[in-house]
Amino acid sequence: MALSLQDVEKIARLSRLHLTEEEKTQTLQELNDIFSMVEKMQSVDTDGIEPMAHPHEAALRLRADEVTETDCAAAYQAVAPEVRNRLYIVPQVIEE
Amino acid sequence: MTPYTLKQAAELLQSKKISAVELATEYLNAIDVRNPAINGYITLDKELTLAEAQAADERIAQGNASALTGVPIAYKDIFCQQNWRSACSSKMLDNFVSPYTATVVQNLLNEGMVTLGRTNMDEFAMGSTNETSFYGATKNPWNLDNVPGGSSGGSAAVVAARLAPAALGSDTGGSIRQPASHCGITGIKPTYGTVSRFGMVAYASSFDQAGPMAQTAEDCALLLNAMASFDPKDSTSLEREQEDYTRDLNRPLTGLKIGLPKEYFGSGNSADVQTALQNTINLLKAQGAELVDVSLPQTELSIPAYYVLASAEASTNLSRYDGVRYGHRAAQFGDLEEMYSNTRAEGFGSEVKRRIMIGTYVLSHGYYDAYYLKAQKLRRMVANDFQTAFAQCDLILAPTAPTAAPKLGELNNDPVQAYLSDIYTIAVNLAGLPALTLPAGFSAEKMPIGVQLIGNYFSEAKILGAAHQIQQHSDWHTHAPE
Repeated sequence: MALSLQDVEKIARLSRLHLTEEEKTQTLQELNDIFSMVEKMQSVDTDGIEPMAHPHEAALRLRADEVTETDCAAAYQAVAPEVRNRLYIVPQVIEE
Repeated sequence: MTPYTLKQAAELLQSKKISAVELATEYLNAIDVRNPAINGYITLDKELTLAEAQAADERIAQGNASALTGVPIAYKDIFCQQNWRSACSSKMLDNFVSPYTATVVQNLLNEGMVTLGRTNMDEFAMGSTNETSFYGATKNPWNLDNVPGGSSGGSAAVVAARLAPAALGSDTGGSIRQPASHCGITGIKPTYGTVSRFGMVAYASSFDQAGPMAQTAEDCALLLNAMASFDPKDSTSLEREQEDYTRDLNRPLTGLKIGLPKEYFGSGNSADVQTALQNTINLLKAQGAELVDVSLPQTELSIPAYYVLASAEASTNLSRYDGVRYGHRAAQFGDLEEMYSNTRAEGFGSEVKRRIMIGTYVLSHGYYDAYYLKAQKLRRMVANDFQTAFAQCDLILAPTAPTAAPKLGELNNDPVQAYLSDIYTIAVNLAGLPALTLPAGFSAEKMPIGVQLIGNYFSEAKILGAAHQIQQHSDWHTHAPE
């Protein structure tokens, strides 16, 4: 199965990655090469095999529903691109 | 007086033949001289290093030092440490000074170890040559025209060049073992879940595991003792009793059953790698180990399975880099959507973008079953293969890489070829097993070659013991680049 340029554009959009026209063409070639290698998987009969998502398949631990963290907002927001009044600033998305 | 191993450094400090400040200063001076050519360190802060060393000296003077107090260590740039830039070698995090410390780093700080700096790596740990770093490639100290391997290539290079007695790396698809092999040092990836991932920048969460890189297996065991701990902050951290990973170091190899997987000993290995394997087999036999033939039939398919699963996890993990809370933000954008897309296009390098897109595709509607689910089933088959093999042997001997370190640029334009170079390391990560690389010879071009010892879950002490015994009866690990 070969990807088309439209597929690459769709994947880039879903990935939130802006690609130039040149990058799209190069990516198309690279992804097609990689997926031809990946296609080898299809030759293996995996019927009846349980998927393995995690090496130990342990259940996630739960903890008591108690507040344990202190207020670290100032430290964490010190590395943010733009902050005002303890809020992260992004372009407006809600109409006034 | 710069020591050769971590253990020697610890002994010099304990006998007060050198202070922690003097030792750190010696390393910092050596780094000033040699690092510009190697580019192994990308962030240094002498004030912070010397402050940690001063605190270690005070602890030693007060008589409450541990065995590792005052010993310097380097950290792969993937580990967050408060007040240090932790950029994961990416433009995306170039300005990120961490407000918190990774548990594994904190464990070593609690021992009083002294931070020398952050080491270069493939961007977000994606790569096999260390050439995808935003800060430029690291050079192999054995030959500056060669790569050190990836993605912990900076850590491997600084240990090999004796610019640190030890370093931390991380291993998602072989990223501790392959650079250790290419640089002639020892490195171990522990059983998944043994070492906390909290504060380690996430690439593929069901694979990523931190581990020590040093000159000897003994040094790795000492470090692993300090690193490994249950961590409630990491939901995949395993609750187990604290182990002593040095406990088998003096156990002879007599009677140990070593499996030789036929799929790993084929014609794909260079003649130099075959010789290194034979060297090790001869030594193991001479020391009384028993060699048995085993089979790992899904080895070849572990590469496609890994790249589907790791890329899928990468695409979700790296969705957090949106220019909102930390890291790079594009200067030019119209709306929110464009801010995300431009930020990520500018902040990520080409290999990272490639893997994000592979991951996005295999997780997208209509392709999940054919790729992601299929790869998870293959992962199970790979893990089952190992269990069949371990019914017949204690440890598995395998090459770490098919060749010695390639030249810089050799794999740059062919991602598939680069991915295939990880053929001998990836299956271990799919299964979550522990494995160690140790030096086993040199190529005709005088480049180091390593071999792997793979063990069953939680057999780190056994692996380290066998590796230590090999190092007691060989000198491959004692050679240093000029």
